[in-house]
Amino acid sequence: MTTIDASRPIDLASRPDNYLTHTRGFLSWALTLDHKRIGVMYMAAVLVSFFVGGVFALLVRTELLTPGQTIPGVTADVYNQFFTLHGAIMVFLVIIPSIPAALGNFVLPIMLGAKDVAFPRLNLGSFYLWLAGAAFTLVSLAMGGFDTGWTFYTPYSTTTTTGGVIPVLFGVFILGFSSIFTGMNFVVTVHKLRPPGMTWFRMPLFLWAIYATAIIQVLATPVLAITLMLVVIERTINIGIFDPSMGGDPVLFQHFFWFYSHPAVYIMILPAMGIISELISVHAHRHIFGYKFIALSSIAIAIFSFLVWGHHMFTSGQSPLMNTLFSLISFSVAIPSAVKVFNWLTTLYKGNISLTTPMWYALSFMVLFTIGGLTGIHLATLNTDVHLHDTYFVVAHFHYVMMGSALIGMIGGLHHWWPKMTGKMYSEKLGTAACIIIFIGFNVTFFTQFYLGAKGMPRRYYDYLPEYQTYHVISTIGSYIMASGFFLTAYCLLSSLYSGRKAAANPWGGGSLEWQCTSPPPHDNFAVQPSVGDCYDFRALRWDETTQGYVNDPALAAEAARNPLH
Amino acid sequence: MAHGTAHDSKHEPHPLVGHLVPMWILFAVGGALLVLTAITVAVRYIDVGEFNMVIALGVAVIKATLVALFFMHLKWDRPFNLLTFVGSMVFVILMMAFCMMDTAQYRPTQFVGNPPEVEATLQANAPGAPVARYTPYSP
Amino acid sequence: MSTLHTSQATAHEAHGHDAHGHGDHAKYPFLQHHFDTPAHQFDSAKLGMWLFLATEVLFFGGLFVAYAVLRSRFPEVFSYASHYLDTLMGGVNTCVLILSSLTMALAVRFAQTNRTKAMVWCLVLTFMGAVGFMVIKYFEYSHKIHEHLVWGKSFYVPPPDQAGAEEAKVISTAPAPAPVALTVANPAAPSVASLVSTPPVEASAIKPAAAAPGGLASVREQATAEGLPVADNDPAFAHPSMHLADPKMPANTHLFFAIYYCMTGLHGIHVLAGMVMLAWLIWRGARGDFNSNYFTPVDVGGLYWHIVDLVWIFLFPLFYLIH
Ligand SMILES: [Cu+2]
Repeated sequence: MTTIDASRPIDLASRPDNYLTHTRGFLSWALTLDHKRIGVMYMAAVLVSFFVGGVFALLVRTELLTPGQTIPGVTADVYNQFFTLHGAIMVFLVIIPSIPAALGNFVLPIMLGAKDVAFPRLNLGSFYLWLAGAAFTLVSLAMGGFDTGWTFYTPYSTTTTTGGVIPVLFGVFILGFSSIFTGMNFVVTVHKLRPPGMTWFRMPLFLWAIYATAIIQVLATPVLAITLMLVVIERTINIGIFDPSMGGDPVLFQHFFWFYSHPAVYIMILPAMGIISELISVHAHRHIFGYKFIALSSIAIAIFSFLVWGHHMFTSGQSPLMNTLFSLISFSVAIPSAVKVFNWLTTLYKGNISLTTPMWYALSFMVLFTIGGLTGIHLATLNTDVHLHDTYFVVAHFHYVMMGSALIGMIGGLHHWWPKMTGKMYSEKLGTAACIIIFIGFNVTFFTQFYLGAKGMPRRYYDYLPEYQTYHVISTIGSYIMASGFFLTAYCLLSSLYSGRKAAANPWGGGSLEWQCTSPPPHDNFAVQPSVGDCYDFRALRWDETTQGYVNDPALAAEAARNPLH
Repeated sequence: MAHGTAHDSKHEPHPLVGHLVPMWILFAVGGALLVLTAITVAVRYIDVGEFNMVIALGVAVIKATLVALFFMHLKWDRPFNLLTFVGSMVFVILMMAFCMMDTAQYRPTQFVGNPPEVEATLQANAPGAPVARYTPYSP
Repeated sequence: MSTLHTSQATAHEAHGHDAHGHGDHAKYPFLQHHFDTPAHQFDSAKLGMWLFLATEVLFFGGLFVAYAVLRSRFPEVFSYASHYLDTLMGGVNTCVLILSSLTMALAVRFAQTNRTKAMVWCLVLTFMGAVGFMVIKYFEYSHKIHEHLVWGKSFYVPPPDQAGAEEAKVISTAPAPAPVALTVANPAAPSVASLVSTPPVEASAIKPAAAAPGGLASVREQATAEGLPVADNDPAFAHPSMHLADPKMPANTHLFFAIYYCMTGLHGIHVLAGMVMLAWLIWRGARGDFNSNYFTPVDVGGLYWHIVDLVWIFLFPLFYLIH
């Protein structure tokens, strides 16, 4: 059912067949091949992990309230496990799968106009791989945890006495394959399942971003997998490839690790950028500015991301020649990133901006990403990095990018597609308030850390000099504010499931295909193949009071057809 | 997409999908691979200095190309599949090139000997073994 | 902007595009609902497989990079230690894999021409090739492990069991073998030098093992052929752990074996996975699942098998054929 009829209010009760009600029972979810259900399951799993990772973050921040021990029982060793768990959970279980696997799974085929992803069984398989990876992480905890940091640097990771290193390495290995299979699925879906009319340059920018991300997932993740296996082998039978005392090379481990993990930063941020392109354009009701530039800059970022990994290794003993090269190339990544930011700004200019919750998140993203991106330039500069490396400056920088940008983008996208996923509208007031609280809390937490880092506070330390305490206290208070914002978000979204108003097919005025099917979408997305046009041309849409959503007005459409945009 | 050669398509069903590779090509490629294996083994026993490795890898690349083009049908396949495959190798070469450039830079100062305890073992067990040139790292 | 604002009836007329698909879906039971034609499904599966092969290339690529870095750092180790590998066995294995690749390609062709029986036989031959490869690999591995040609510090441990009764007694009375290096350095433990002077009786008792399929015996022949000064009864080529007594052994030789076992081991795991896949294909093929319209599993399975062959094509010269 894809028709949007102005005269007929959309009533869910009279149309029970949506993907949520199509079949019932636990097994109908556990064995589903429907990309929407898999996306929802991913989303639930990712959000639970986000909660767990967040708890560890709060524990770390609380412990840092005072120099020395703050929480009874949290010794330096326990603290090391806390920040390691926080990092590993947030990176591998939350941020990497959050947008592609959770939101992407739900949205990508509908946006594309396809019935499903290319390989539905593989899709379900990668969800179970994700679960297996999470289970291994739990096994690791039961076996004594791990304190290697999420980066698993050798030789520490091969010599530490914590018992859970090998299970968690296997867990991340499995999560890697979950990510690879998702990426493969999306590349094939975008290549092969575009319906007639959906040309490459008619694809919504979110799809371009997911596509670019999928390429990185496919090409970079296997290197992480083999690296982790080498660490496992190194740890069990000590083959010496990464062990300097055996003639091996620990810097080689870092090359391997960052060959994946720098592109992984783009696995996190690129899809968020895609979401922001959608949010800005839809909620400003203005055609996206510089469509082709944004689309192609995603591909450019994906390719550039493979050429800059060494900027994580400036102080690791990497040779001066490579340091110089990597520094130089790292600067150039600023270009495609800035292309996006300026195009978003230009889209907003003279736009008819609705200050909806997703728009607030998009605006937060632009501020936070700009700060995160620009401080990256400090770190890509060789001589300043020697001072700033392994300090809170780095911590602040990557939180601005990975959390302030990637995660905020994900939450924004969640709010944007929440009515589509659940068929319910949440309270705009609560949503907006939560966003603003998160934004304030985030900046209090992490902007302080720029200052701490510039003053020389090293990262991952349990103890610190008393002169840093004021800033640590401010940062911790910020983290509490941020946490309360997230709790408010959770309340806002969950309460909408019970008391939320029913969502119209197109509550925001979006032009891409997912807004053409009902909220929530029917089981196989489109009973009829929808027709594809310019998804950023909103001129034919009219607000309709009865459905509380946007509808396609034939008169406006005809007028728009007379005045083509291009 | 699916074109058998004239030789084949006369008396064999035209496939709905995929490419029908003539039988003689498959056997010719298999034979060529075996011959190239023999050549590369033979070259091992001839000393041409640096070129030994070049020849060995060159033959391997030729063999790999034959397998990819004919056994794996890339010659008749969609160009994007070829791009995927070649692209993945380009990325491996990229990683290799950067890592090698880095290694080459600090090689003279590091890792030129046995680990100290291994060296002790060797000296105790094989007094004739040459003393390893173990130089600790100095920046 | 879409123009789908009209009534349901109009929308159903827009259905035309799908009509062809429905026909194909009725005709071809294997065609999944989100693909239009068998060719569409086949192309998608192939693209998916090629992407997977790209991940395989990068998966092995990490080890190839490690190999390159180690070899550029210790070129002498690689040209020295390569002679411990048996070129004959490696060469035979190369040929086995090439032939199994050929039979795999033939199997695809027979599937395309509806010659199910021939296809199944080709798959069985491919499977036999995989078995043969693993058997030869097993002999190579067990031989090397027997010779203590292994990874890490174990490379430097002289065998406790080959030194005759007296030495064995010494070992049993020796202090508990704590760290590897200490055990060996312990003056009470049998030194390699003492192994060299083992009575000839015992040396001959060991010979059959050393002369087992290729192994070091043929390495000795190669060394002789290349004019290396190898005495007739040079123990370095006949006795477990005799590499320790070789004065020409360069530092860090264990790294060659570390990367050798990593790369061939990972490749072996892929061969094992390939055997599972081939068994599944044989089972389905014998059941009659495949025909000229639907042979996607055979085709993409073949792609996987060829890449296993392709990796070995590089491993063989990189390890066995270093001059
Ligand atoms: Cu980076």
